[in-house]
Amino acid sequence: MYLSKIRITLRPSILDPQGKAVEHAVGSLGVGTVQGIRMGKYVEMKVEAKTEADAKRITEDVCRKLLANPVMEDFAFEIEKV
Amino acid sequence: MSADQVRFGVVVFPGSNCDHDAYHIVKKVLGEDAVFLWHKETDLKDADVIILPGGFSYGDYLRCGAIARFSPVMKEVVRFAEQGGTVLGICNGFQILVEAGLLPGVLLRNASLQFICRYVRLKVENTSTRFTSACAAGEVLSIPIAHGDGNYFTDPETLERLEENGQVVFRYCDIQGRLTRDANPNGSLANIAGIVNEQGNVLGMMPHPERASDPLLGHTDGQKIFRSVIAHCQSMVFTSRGRV
Repeated sequence: MYLSKIRITLRPSILDPQGKAVEHAVGSLGVGTVQGIRMGKYVEMKVEAKTEADAKRITEDVCRKLLANPVMEDFAFEIEKV
Repeated sequence: MSADQVRFGVVVFPGSNCDHDAYHIVKKVLGEDAVFLWHKETDLKDADVIILPGGFSYGDYLRCGAIARFSPVMKEVVRFAEQGGTVLGICNGFQILVEAGLLPGVLLRNASLQFICRYVRLKVENTSTRFTSACAAGEVLSIPIAHGDGNYFTDPETLERLEENGQVVFRYCDIQGRLTRDANPNGSLANIAGIVNEQGNVLGMMPHPERASDPLLGHTDGQKIFRSVIAHCQSMVFTSRGRV
């Protein structure tokens, strides 16, 4: 069994009004200068596969077909044996 | 059902909430035939037109429309669309159509981050589609929107193709039909409110024509879209398989 840890982020060309709103709020914390806040999603899933390569292939498939929309999002993941 | 009635199939996903409105308009106000299609069904019940209604299918989890796309009924809707069948996606229905790959682009969070529920003006940019033949060229319609994620976006190449092919059917405009920034409620690229696919048989639009079609509610501009579709279907030839 493998554990996939997936990060889904808005593509750089996509404006992120949510990130901007959060950035604005951070500004009022008075903790110094924080810039470039971008919001994304984090997904974990367990994958039953014989090899790490298989787990990677399955994870990629799930990301491409469901978890991320390639028009607006990029994804990246790490896989560990559990 | 009489022979010349057009049958609308209104898909019902868990979380759809404009399904009954659409059904009411086409059946009770416009006098056509209508059936509900539960998302688990795989039979479109000989519908001539499929409506993907507004709402919050599957709670808008993951992304709006992303999960509805995998419903059993959507496999049939995709097949129906690929064969040239008429499909109208309203609001969440539009979001489902882009997620299903039947229309290009994506609907992002409104630029203001706010859910917006109010009447907008729409300029009819293309009257030669089966959805807009009852409209006059450049006509300005008054139809409400109600969404949090209606900010249309696509890459520059796709936008160019949409414009060249006349696939942009509706744009947000002011009362005079001007495509101003102020008239754009959600930040949509090029003020886009509704597009058709290249074949012209699938329309997705964020505004709700079914909410501006019952004379009791005071606005009837939305009827023009349903009437266009009805006229199109009635002009089709009958075969043993129904209308083609």
